[in-house]
Amino acid sequence: MRHEDGTKIASPEQMQIWMKQTMDWIGSIAAQNKFVSGTGLPFDDARVVHSNKMVTDGPFGEIKETIGGFIVVRAESADEAAEFAKGCPVLQGEGNTMEVRRIAKNDGPH
Amino acid sequence: MEQQELIPHLFRTEYRKIVSVLCRRFGFDEMETAEDIASETFLTAAQTWGFNGLPQNPVAWLYRVAQNKAKNYLQRDLTFQTKVAPQVKSDFSGRYETVIDLSPQNISDSQLQMMFAICHPCIPPEAQVGLSLRILCGFGIDEISEAFLSNKETINKRLYRAREKLREAQIKIELPAPAQIDERLEVVLTTIYLLFNEGYYSISQNQVLRQDLCFEAIRLCQMLADNEHTNKPAVNALLALMYFHASRFDARLNKNGEIILYHDQDTSLWNADMILKGGYYLNKSAIGSTLSKYHLEASIAYWSTQKADTKAKWENILQLYNRYLQIAYSPVAALNRTYALAKANSKEEAIVEAEKLNLTDNQFYFALLGQLYTGIDNQKAKTNFQNALTIARTSADKKIIQKKIDELEE
Repeated sequence: MRHEDGTKIASPEQMQIWMKQTMDWIGSIAAQNKFVSGTGLPFDDARVVHSNKMVTDGPFGEIKETIGGFIVVRAESADEAAEFAKGCPVLQGEGNTMEVRRIAKNDGPH
Repeated sequence: MEQQELIPHLFRTEYRKIVSVLCRRFGFDEMETAEDIASETFLTAAQTWGFNGLPQNPVAWLYRVAQNKAKNYLQRDLTFQTKVAPQVKSDFSGRYETVIDLSPQNISDSQLQMMFAICHPCIPPEAQVGLSLRILCGFGIDEISEAFLSNKETINKRLYRAREKLREAQIKIELPAPAQIDERLEVVLTTIYLLFNEGYYSISQNQVLRQDLCFEAIRLCQMLADNEHTNKPAVNALLALMYFHASRFDARLNKNGEIILYHDQDTSLWNADMILKGGYYLNKSAIGSTLSKYHLEASIAYWSTQKADTKAKWENILQLYNRYLQIAYSPVAALNRTYALAKANSKEEAIVEAEKLNLTDNQFYFALLGQLYTGIDNQKAKTNFQNALTIARTSADKKIIQKKIDELEE
């Protein structure tokens, strides 16, 4: 999930609606027995470590949309995973994206 | 209590205590001896009390007789071991102390330790449940086979193999080390919950037996909650869950033993005392950092004790199922979650989600779709109920589904 820090652009009430939508979305994947794991990644208290070992506070320079969470699903193909991704409420925000990636394991697609 | 009622009653409460204490003393090698001595004790009681009338303190009498029988056995065994086979074993220290300790503390310790020994991962779950019923609950083979809808021979074989396994694996009758308690407790809790479900959902017509199974499960879990080493959050959560479910015992079956659906139940028959107890243990479970599936199930069960059909209730249930499915998927939970989704969000959304589940070998999947389509597309509702009817197995289920179809045709 690549998106903006919701707390900067939305009211607590709006945040709560998004939270419920996210929980329902994950619940839907879990109800199909396709959920493996996942977590949100809070934006506060983040750090960026640069190649010269310099540490700066997040968020992350000019990039507005950054990784705000991830979910691992059981899918037959990247296309099936992309179908799951379409339901994610972060896509309601213009410019936000979902990135679908395989997990590097030798036991088939995830 | 009259004598003919007293002996079965004492058998139910005292047999398991005597067996646990003796087993712990003898070890699994002589588990059958422990069971024999306990059974013989009750046989002696039946004979003696029939002639002489009841002793003043029947429980103390039983313990004394069991102690004497165990002592005689140990002395005979000692004679054999020392005179007949002296070279086989050389260390008898401690084991041949022939006094059997039947103090309340030792009884409770022994039962807890037996619980962990029987619920050992080396024997399969259904054997754990069977052996628990025999050793920890004092059930007869007849009752166990009825509970499992099986025959005596099968159950005897199953229990025999389980005992053999415990012997081969040299399982010690003791509490696990503190570092292992959580892991081992998981198996114990699974067995207790299986035992409860065996009673709650069994298709056996014997209602008294079914309730007994549920109450035994609660009693075993209560013992875990009462002991400082095993009083863990998940234990309290499971206890809460079972109290909440058991509170509907008198409301969920009619006189013919047929299931009354939740919405049609007479709430005045719900047991308020059990609901309170459930609430007490649910509160007690809310410590620590681990959220077990029992916590989530108990919370869902709590909401089920609230009859009012509010949006808040269903939103809470939906979110609990959303989390539950992430840690413990099951088709039933997925279907229940979808029902909650219909109540909390909308039927339309739930239909889309339901069809994604694609559980086409499950009658409840079609029954749920039938329910969701009712009022939106009655033709589709009917088709789904008919699909459910085709794969429903019990006549009680068929009857409920047929009623839904009839209602649609009215």
